[in-house]
Amino acid sequence: MNKRIFQMINTQAFPTPFCPGCGHGILMGAVLRAIAELEYDMKQMLFVSGIGCAAWIPSPHFKADTLHTLHGRAIAYATGAKLFNPRLKVMVISGDGDLTSIGGNHLIHAARRNMDMTVICANNAIYGMTGGQVASTTPLGSVTTTTPHGNEEPPFDLCKLVEAAGATYVARQPVATPLPLTRILKKAIVHQGFSFVEVLSPCPTHFGRRNAFRTAYEMIKALRDGCIPVEKAKGLDPAELQGKVLVGELVGAGKKGGRT
Amino acid sequence: MERPWKKIKSALPPGWYFMQGDEACAEGAIAAGCRFYAGYPITPASEVMIRMVQRLAEVGGVFIQMEDEIGSISSVIGASWAGAKAMTATSGPGISLMTEGIGYAVITETPCLIVDVQRAGPSTGQATRPAQGDMMQVKWGSHGDNEIVAFAPWSVQEMYDLTIKAFNFAERFRVPAFILADEAVGHLRETLVVKEEVEIFDRFKVPHLPPFDTDDPSGVPPMPAFGEGANLLVTGSTHDPWGFRKTADSAVQARLTERLVRKVQDFKSEIIETESHLLEGAEIGVVAYGFTARAALQAVKSLRQENIRAGLLRLVSIWPFAAEAISALGQRCQAIFVPEMNRGQIASELKKYTTTPVISLPKTNGEVFEPAEIVQGIRRNLG
Amino acid sequence: MRKLKEGRKKKFANIQINQKWCKGCYICLEVCPKKVFEKSKEVSEKGFNPVLIAHLDQCTSCLQCEMLCPDLAIQVEKGG
Repeated sequence: MNKRIFQMINTQAFPTPFCPGCGHGILMGAVLRAIAELEYDMKQMLFVSGIGCAAWIPSPHFKADTLHTLHGRAIAYATGAKLFNPRLKVMVISGDGDLTSIGGNHLIHAARRNMDMTVICANNAIYGMTGGQVASTTPLGSVTTTTPHGNEEPPFDLCKLVEAAGATYVARQPVATPLPLTRILKKAIVHQGFSFVEVLSPCPTHFGRRNAFRTAYEMIKALRDGCIPVEKAKGLDPAELQGKVLVGELVGAGKKGGRT
Repeated sequence: MERPWKKIKSALPPGWYFMQGDEACAEGAIAAGCRFYAGYPITPASEVMIRMVQRLAEVGGVFIQMEDEIGSISSVIGASWAGAKAMTATSGPGISLMTEGIGYAVITETPCLIVDVQRAGPSTGQATRPAQGDMMQVKWGSHGDNEIVAFAPWSVQEMYDLTIKAFNFAERFRVPAFILADEAVGHLRETLVVKEEVEIFDRFKVPHLPPFDTDDPSGVPPMPAFGEGANLLVTGSTHDPWGFRKTADSAVQARLTERLVRKVQDFKSEIIETESHLLEGAEIGVVAYGFTARAALQAVKSLRQENIRAGLLRLVSIWPFAAEAISALGQRCQAIFVPEMNRGQIASELKKYTTTPVISLPKTNGEVFEPAEIVQGIRRNLG
Repeated sequence: MRKLKEGRKKKFANIQINQKWCKGCYICLEVCPKKVFEKSKEVSEKGFNPVLIAHLDQCTSCLQCEMLCPDLAIQVEKGG
């Protein structure tokens, strides 16, 4: 398996530009492993991304057709490519700011259309590439360069947002649990229709340093401790769920088909 | 390298049609091989989209009404890289929104067609009234240096013919191409003659050659599509011949920016198109384009009847600009008048290429020119 | 030492670290349940103490290091 993923990357582009400990690097490995385990040919894939650190996951690292677009617009570009060539297996990999702030409109419409594509939202709850500004996903109270006294705006629940818009497969998983993450990615990729995976991916450099995480590992550990699988959460009372994040498959394979 | 032109049967049965300008534009697109349309409703361009919905269904193409104009230009570019001849149609406010995408098409060298059926601005302005206010915007709207191709049709026939021509140039030069129509010619109904055949150009492919640089004198690299196993690296960042991001390499940035301009400028004589009317022995030049040129032609004829030696140079192409034609005109004329439905955008461009006095005749009340207005404007200035 | 079925040789896991790609984030070191890794005493050219394999014989092939490495810098050949 690990041998296979090295054939799926442009090794001349490594080492990656990601910071030490960046969750996006872990996600990159999980995506490659998912595709390898599914035995998909990279030649049938199309990876589309926007602007930001997460958008650099596929471009230029994946040895496949990659489309690195404008901030917020990956899903719209992907829509055009998929509609014209439905045989392409389209995966959008981009960050939370890109997909849900500036790109929010394209996100909800593609979900509404149940477009056959997989959108992987690498959520590090911050705008990392530009030095650590607040995002629509930043937790209340977090310190960022544009919320130096703590964020006062409530963040999105991205999975609920996308579910309400019409997505037919919705899941959330942190990079800290790579095995369930790979499993979910595989299901999302195979799913016919709009699949959305919110991947909680730590940014040690900008989020971590400003919010009392001294190492990348501390953020991984916090994700492990703070996330509860949705099946397990069913048996717990609300007090135990305080401050925890629900992960796992939140909207399973429902409607079949979709626009294409 | 030989570039592939070919003749194909027209999409409509040959003959005479009575059609609206917007509809003729859609027909031209279908004839040119357009098989993807993404758009958003906007007055006065919606009719292009409505015609495309019907026709694309008939020819097995793909249509989507996107959530906004940014989504439209984005999916047009995505579809183009999936192999489609792709287009959208909008008006000034939509071009404003698409401007970032236009720049993306320029740096990624994505062929596409954008129709701007101009209306009175700025901003929301007068949605149902004609203007020619976007002449500079399509060239200079996006940040950086953008070399694009743009045509200004003056008739329903040209809405058809120039759309085909613009598509061909988009494919040949790998640039976004524009039809700078206006509400008047867009909503006009007139005769359209469809011939037996249409000459079209398809982007060329050469496997194993880099898609983003070339030493060929044309300056245009081959263009694979997604799904062909080319492992395309399409990016809006500065990139090397294979598409790898090179955001810290000065030589790469210099080479890319220069080639993107050169590939059009070196061949501008093949793109630039003007039409002369009554220019023999003319002392007074009139330069006009689009719907205004119709009134300008009448005006020039009237002036000739009064023994004022006026002649019209109609700009058919707008970008690349007909610098030499203007320069030559300036040399034979004492003055050049430029009637246009804006505050003097093309008039100011003319001044770069001639020292002959250029007199702008702007009209921005949301109405087209009457020939008499142009005549009066010229007479007033002749003193 | 674990007891093995008769005649079966124990195959140790093998771990390779691509030091060219490693950035010294130390996730592997912290996450390993068996403390297989440790930091080198010397600082590398890149400016951090490289990760070394200190106790390969303790590795249970859980693969957490390989899967959690953000740089694809660790490859584990499973033992058995």
